[in-house]
Amino acid sequence: MTSTTNAFVGTPGKVTAHLTQNEPLSFEKSSPGKKGYKLARLDVPEIDAAALLGASARKDEPALPELSEIEIIRHFTRLSTWNYAIDLGMYPLGSCTMKYNPRVNEFVSRLEGIAEAHPYQPEPLSRGAMAIIKLLKDCLMEITGMDAITLQPAAGAHGEFTGMLMTRAYHQSKGNPRKTVIIPDSAHGTNPATAASCGYQVINLKSNAQGGVDVAALVQIVNEDTAAMMLTNPSTIGVFENEIHKIADVLHDKGALLYMDGANMNALVGKTRPGDFGVDVMHLNLHKTFSTPHGGGGPGSGPVACKKFLEPFLPTPFVMLGEDGLLHWSSDRPQTVGRVRMFYGNFGMFVRALAYILANGPDGLRQTTEDAVLNANYIRKKLEDVYELPYTTPSMHEVVFSDKRQVKNGVKTGDIAKRLIDYGFHPYTTSFPLIVPGALMIEPTESESREELDLFVDAMRQIAREVEQNPQVVITAPHATRISRLDETGAARKPVLRWKGPPEDAVEVDTAAKEW
Amino acid sequence: MAYPENYKYTREHEWIEVAGNVGTVGITDYAQTSLGDIVFVDAPKVGTKVQKGSVFGSVESVKAVSDLYSPVTGTVTGVNEELHASPEKINTDAHSSWIIKVELSNPSELDALLSAVDYEKFIAEETGK
Amino acid sequence: MRYLPKSDAERAAMLQEIGASSIDDLFTAIPEEYRLTRDLKVPRQMGESEIIDYFKSAAEKNAKAYVSFLGAGAYRHYRPVIIDSLVQRGEFLTSYTPYQAEITQGTLQAIFEFQTMICELTGMDIANASMYDGSTGAAEAVMMAVRITGRDGVLVARTVHPEYREVMHTYAQHQGHDAREAAYGQDGRVDLAALEQSVTDETACVLVQSPNFFGVIEDIPAIAEIAHKKGALLIVSIAEAVSLGIVRAPVEADIVSMEAQSFGVALSYGGPYCGVLAAKEKYLRQMPGRLVGETKDTEGRRGFVLTLSTREQHIRREKATSNICTNQALVALMTTIFLTVYGKEGIRELAMQNLAKAKYAADKLGAHGKLLFAQTPRFHEFVLQTDEPPKRLNARLMENKIIGGLDLQKWYPELGNATLWCTTELTTKEQIDAAAGMVAEISVASAAR
Repeated sequence: MTSTTNAFVGTPGKVTAHLTQNEPLSFEKSSPGKKGYKLARLDVPEIDAAALLGASARKDEPALPELSEIEIIRHFTRLSTWNYAIDLGMYPLGSCTMKYNPRVNEFVSRLEGIAEAHPYQPEPLSRGAMAIIKLLKDCLMEITGMDAITLQPAAGAHGEFTGMLMTRAYHQSKGNPRKTVIIPDSAHGTNPATAASCGYQVINLKSNAQGGVDVAALVQIVNEDTAAMMLTNPSTIGVFENEIHKIADVLHDKGALLYMDGANMNALVGKTRPGDFGVDVMHLNLHKTFSTPHGGGGPGSGPVACKKFLEPFLPTPFVMLGEDGLLHWSSDRPQTVGRVRMFYGNFGMFVRALAYILANGPDGLRQTTEDAVLNANYIRKKLEDVYELPYTTPSMHEVVFSDKRQVKNGVKTGDIAKRLIDYGFHPYTTSFPLIVPGALMIEPTESESREELDLFVDAMRQIAREVEQNPQVVITAPHATRISRLDETGAARKPVLRWKGPPEDAVEVDTAAKEW
Repeated sequence: MAYPENYKYTREHEWIEVAGNVGTVGITDYAQTSLGDIVFVDAPKVGTKVQKGSVFGSVESVKAVSDLYSPVTGTVTGVNEELHASPEKINTDAHSSWIIKVELSNPSELDALLSAVDYEKFIAEETGK
Repeated sequence: MRYLPKSDAERAAMLQEIGASSIDDLFTAIPEEYRLTRDLKVPRQMGESEIIDYFKSAAEKNAKAYVSFLGAGAYRHYRPVIIDSLVQRGEFLTSYTPYQAEITQGTLQAIFEFQTMICELTGMDIANASMYDGSTGAAEAVMMAVRITGRDGVLVARTVHPEYREVMHTYAQHQGHDAREAAYGQDGRVDLAALEQSVTDETACVLVQSPNFFGVIEDIPAIAEIAHKKGALLIVSIAEAVSLGIVRAPVEADIVSMEAQSFGVALSYGGPYCGVLAAKEKYLRQMPGRLVGETKDTEGRRGFVLTLSTREQHIRREKATSNICTNQALVALMTTIFLTVYGKEGIRELAMQNLAKAKYAADKLGAHGKLLFAQTPRFHEFVLQTDEPPKRLNARLMENKIIGGLDLQKWYPELGNATLWCTTELTTKEQIDAAAGMVAEISVASAAR
């Protein structure tokens, strides 16, 4: 426990302090001769590696740890107890959609015929995997209202890249790749990074007073040089662009495409479809909307769905139903943008996402969306008297507040977020989107019960009171964690990115001189 | 904060001190406050040509990056190597921690830059927003 | 629906508190013409046992009880069971990217250990907490080299995995790179003389894979010398990570891009896998992806934190080194556990067994075909040339529940009837003997025709 010089004002209802085990780095517990493995007996003749490999033989011994199995189990188990997780409670991160990761997903992805399938297995031995891919594709096309889809991209950003490559290829096929991509200033950072990596110049579009797309401004800047607009809908402030038809029309009039970042699909599934409201190409995040686990930062999966006219540009290979009534892998797509990764995509995530869709069915999917939106609005209602709402437009699945009322006491969104940790919650998203100074971006998802929501609301209200009565306790939070605020400046100035020697070593890595 | 009177300033928060045909360039105290703890300075090599208004490098803090825009056109004749090991010097004293020295190819460009008084007015407007 | 923690009564009560008369009130922002008034056409809601039955039946339609000699970028190694016991802990499985360091030290320390072990294995100074996979990692490495050198010439060996090369081509499309292929010689390695001719002052990097697609180990020091002489960077791509247990680390490389799937990640029909980027210290600021650094908290205690995020998209936006956001954290954790289990001695012993099995298999199979590049050191894959066309050979093997070597016709037609075979520590002597026996039979039959 860190020392608290200020008296607590609030009482966390959700958590109680408890001992957690300490655990050094595995290298620091290592001892020569300890073993955590035993290989099967070698049933072929032994070999002399030095003789076989010659100069290519390894002479040094990489300093990997040497530990017994129980030490390894304890090592990682102890580490795990230092993490917050969805399984422990609400994770209100905006636009991350931290919903329940169903365990049946884990079970089915580990079935032998699925887990052990080699990507180059002959087709007659892969029809089960291909069937899973086909069914998932069909479901996702139906959900998005699109005509074609690829499951290849490994994550959302990868999907954006694929979608923009397709956009470029499409324009190129019409004789002019065009020059610019319009992106609202509220967009996620991957959007402009992606557009730039495809050779497009980014034009930032300032959001209007409601935090949405300024259609009048859009009309001014869209021209024949515009390749596309990248839009998130609902926006990153959780608001549905109700002028979406106008936006699509303005773009289509000049031959530009509407790309949708599907990060916020959790507000739309079963209630509306992007393909119906004018989107030409979009990506999905299976690790957000479709429940595949975040696992500490990945793996994800970012399928890209599109209208018929963009199908020719989708990556290859793709699964198709042959004339023989069987599924086959085909590369018959002459205008394809090519392959964006080896093999077929994060198949393990396809299995999980499909299991999620099957567990829900059409009614479950719709109910999920409704509950997600209900939960966000419930939080909004219960907190709008203590936290500033920068926009009064209705929220969908996420709500964005600002720290405007707390800043006068010297407390910022980042501090409130850290204090929320003491109340047993993971922080919401701070300081994003950039259009809201001091943002508090909260997405509860449908996975939160009323009890958990009430505990969250209670915590946030107590912290608001603390800001008035004892701001220091918020500014210096967290107080109850096993580690307090970390020196990020030091970490960036003198990066230490690997273990180098005995414990307590003060080796400071030299940030070497640039040569290029 | 006193902004040295003999320096000239840009709206992108760089300062330049000119002696003869050589300009010494850094970022202002306002800039370093906005950035927070500086962790890295990305400066060009000696001999690089810079253009007025174009990016010549960047200054990084933990959470933000700021492009550095050259106040003048010319050739880089000096780079402050101290900032490599101690980028925090800019936080401590932004107006003495120079980043590059530039041999000016067009000294008349200096006329378009802001004086200390004008720069202070400019940031007063910015922060007043 | 069982994942939704609400009763209808609670929903009604909450709506009332919000001041909404029905849930429809919360969806009025969607223009009426776009509101779905029908059910989505997806399969009906299934019970858990039905879901399992569906996937079991799909799994049955995949290869079961077949012996496989496939490798080619995806390798079947034994996965210690504690990997799944540990990664399925909710605190690992359902945790998020460790942006809030105080409550994600578990993830952060594990990644720090991962970074350390990758450096030890590859001989590099810094390693990042994973990219999507080996193919996209290679593409990112090329872009890194282009950024660092400011040059746009890219040389990629033809012995690099064909799908990696396809991906690099896709990525290079709009980067204006001048990408060329470096040919291989009779020994199955990059042709050094030809390479020397091709590297110029405009070459940003030379990218090779080792062990390469044929299983052959490249002469890294020689290639490095050729590249560095002209100021080009050397990128070594590694598709079979286990090789590092016994093959020397590519210490002369500037950047190593590795696929770590072999370290305890299931084959899973091609993904998710685990891409790793490692490099020399001086390229730190050009490296994309997440990095975990060691630091101290306000009380002076050691802790770990994501660092140097200014390279990443959420700050630099269009100036980011890459658009990467999500990485492969959970699979990287699997590899971390795998490497901790095997440890210093185990990884060597494991690699040794792989080498031994392949030597035995190459000798046995080589008796009924021609072993290509026989004199060049290789790891656990080899190319076999046969009289019998691979399609017929493999069809016959399949009848006996054996999946033979990969047909190379599509990518290397110049090799004629050639197949790429892989054996790992899991391939048994019996299985190798059976396969060799079958190949012998098929060769005799074919010769007799």
